[in-house]
Amino acid sequence: MLIDHPLLGLRDSTEFIYMGDAKLLNRPNWKSKNSKTKFIDYGYLRKNPAGVHKELWYHEQGDRSWLVVTRNTVTHEILKVELARYLKSEANAK
Amino acid sequence: MKYSGIKVLWEGLRGNMGWKPLWRNPDPKTSYDIIIVGGGGHGLATAYYLAEKFKITNIAVVEKGWLGSGNIGRNTTIIRSNYLLPQNQPFYEFSLKLWENLEQELNYNSMVSQRGVLNIFHSDSQRDAFVRRGNAMLMSGADASLLGVNDLKKMVPFLDFQNSRFPIKGGLWQPRGGTVRHDAVAWGYAKEADSRGVDIIENCEVTNFLVKNGRCYGVETTKGVIKSKKVGVCVAGSSSQVMGKIGINLPIESHVLQAFVSEGLKPVIPGVITFGAGHFYVSQSNKGGLVFGGDIDGYNSYAQRGNLPVIEDVCEGGVALMPMIGRARMLRIWGGIMDMSMDGSPIIDKTNIKNLYFNGGWCYGGFKATPASGFCYAHLLATGTSHHDAKDFLFNRFEKGRLIDEKGQGNQPNLH
Ligand SMILES: Cc1cc2nc3c(=O)[nH]c(=O)nc-3n(C[C@H](O)[C@H](O)[C@H](O)COP(=O)(O)OP(=O)(O)OC[C@H]3O[C@@H](n4cnc5c(N)ncnc54)[C@H](O)[C@@H]3O)c2cc1C
Repeated sequence: MLIDHPLLGLRDSTEFIYMGDAKLLNRPNWKSKNSKTKFIDYGYLRKNPAGVHKELWYHEQGDRSWLVVTRNTVTHEILKVELARYLKSEANAK
Repeated sequence: MKYSGIKVLWEGLRGNMGWKPLWRNPDPKTSYDIIIVGGGGHGLATAYYLAEKFKITNIAVVEKGWLGSGNIGRNTTIIRSNYLLPQNQPFYEFSLKLWENLEQELNYNSMVSQRGVLNIFHSDSQRDAFVRRGNAMLMSGADASLLGVNDLKKMVPFLDFQNSRFPIKGGLWQPRGGTVRHDAVAWGYAKEADSRGVDIIENCEVTNFLVKNGRCYGVETTKGVIKSKKVGVCVAGSSSQVMGKIGINLPIESHVLQAFVSEGLKPVIPGVITFGAGHFYVSQSNKGGLVFGGDIDGYNSYAQRGNLPVIEDVCEGGVALMPMIGRARMLRIWGGIMDMSMDGSPIIDKTNIKNLYFNGGWCYGGFKATPASGFCYAHLLATGTSHHDAKDFLFNRFEKGRLIDEKGQGNQPNLH
């Protein structure tokens, strides 16, 4: 698989480390209500879809950025690649 | 159908015209006592033990494809009981004991071949870890012994003992481990379950569950609605897809694992051998092909095919361990979808919907577990309580912090 890195262009997927579902970017607030249930969900439960999946890839052998890759888990087709950093700041700005 | 030497002779003399299909091909009835979703090894074994040990025979096994189309027909066929943790090891030893008697019990040749499993180690610290594992095995009643370099040189002289990066220091040897003809396991269990009255319904996908007031009372399928007092899900790599239909998220990711077979060679590999400095395991099939594998590809996948980097990695591991296979040609490669759990260990448990049960999270070690998984799942479905050897394979271990993490990797499925 080739991942179209927003800054570096097409890179081989072997340069990356895979971290799974991009929901890991949204860490629950420990002070919130039901935070225990939320953390169990955050730590252990996954939707694991057959189809479009947003997931985290870390460019370890490259610029060490975290990417959010939107990929089809049935065909391995990569639909979108974004820098996690920007997604996070967008989410925080809202 | 009963197989025997006399039957083989008799059929040989009569042109082999008297053999019959091993199981019927029934239409689903309107209701059953128990429905098993998924006709892989574990589902079929569950149905067999329910009928044989718990005398419940009004059962249907509902399979979306043909029997053996899932991982039971795709794995590298290794059986062993060389786990470390007390929640796992007695279970796998129980399974190995069931394997040892399986062919007699099922009256079916599943080619259970206990030719031994040898785990090679390459450093002093790895030796310490293997000594500890060997002791855990002995304590569970399994067999294990530690072999030094001289023993190995006699047994497997073709290994690269001089490898300067990963010198071989010895091996952990389990003589009772080995290989089994994988699809014959499915066929054997199917034959004996069927002969006890279990309906095996192929080409019938479960599309939803019938649930009312928090109780499950049947399934919707591509062949219509089938009611049942209890439903046991057992669909391996499709676990999240099937449980997702009623909104249950599982501690599971689906990953692809590849297997490889070389051209047929004369007998060279005596048993199962694993590399300790990379991920590579190999055995030789009775047809002569080297059957080998390594790591999962490492990203969520439902594709039943993998990518090239893992092929390269597995072959590098193989050649580093035994350079002689460098000139063997690869014949076939395929992939299967693994239900990788968050701690690398399985789940055999009730769900929070009454009468709905779950068996899954076998990662890439579920073939060896087939008999014990079937036995323990049957125990849970029949009695409502966990079998002694599977009492820790529960959903709530994640929230309770009682993970069963053989490798100590934490909640990252692709590292288990
Ligand atoms: C390449 C490879 C190598 C492996 N090597 C080993 C090994 O050496 N040793 C070892 O111990 N383990 C090994 N494994 C793991 C082992 O094969 C699996 O853990 C085990 O087979 C899973 O259990 P099963 O047999 O019940 O699964 P499957 O055979 O996959 O059964 C699940 C069944 O459920 C069906 N299903 C799915 N969805 C539905 C639905 N909606 N309705 C009805 N049916 C449905 C599927 O069609 C499938 O037949 C390997 C796996 C692979 C892929």
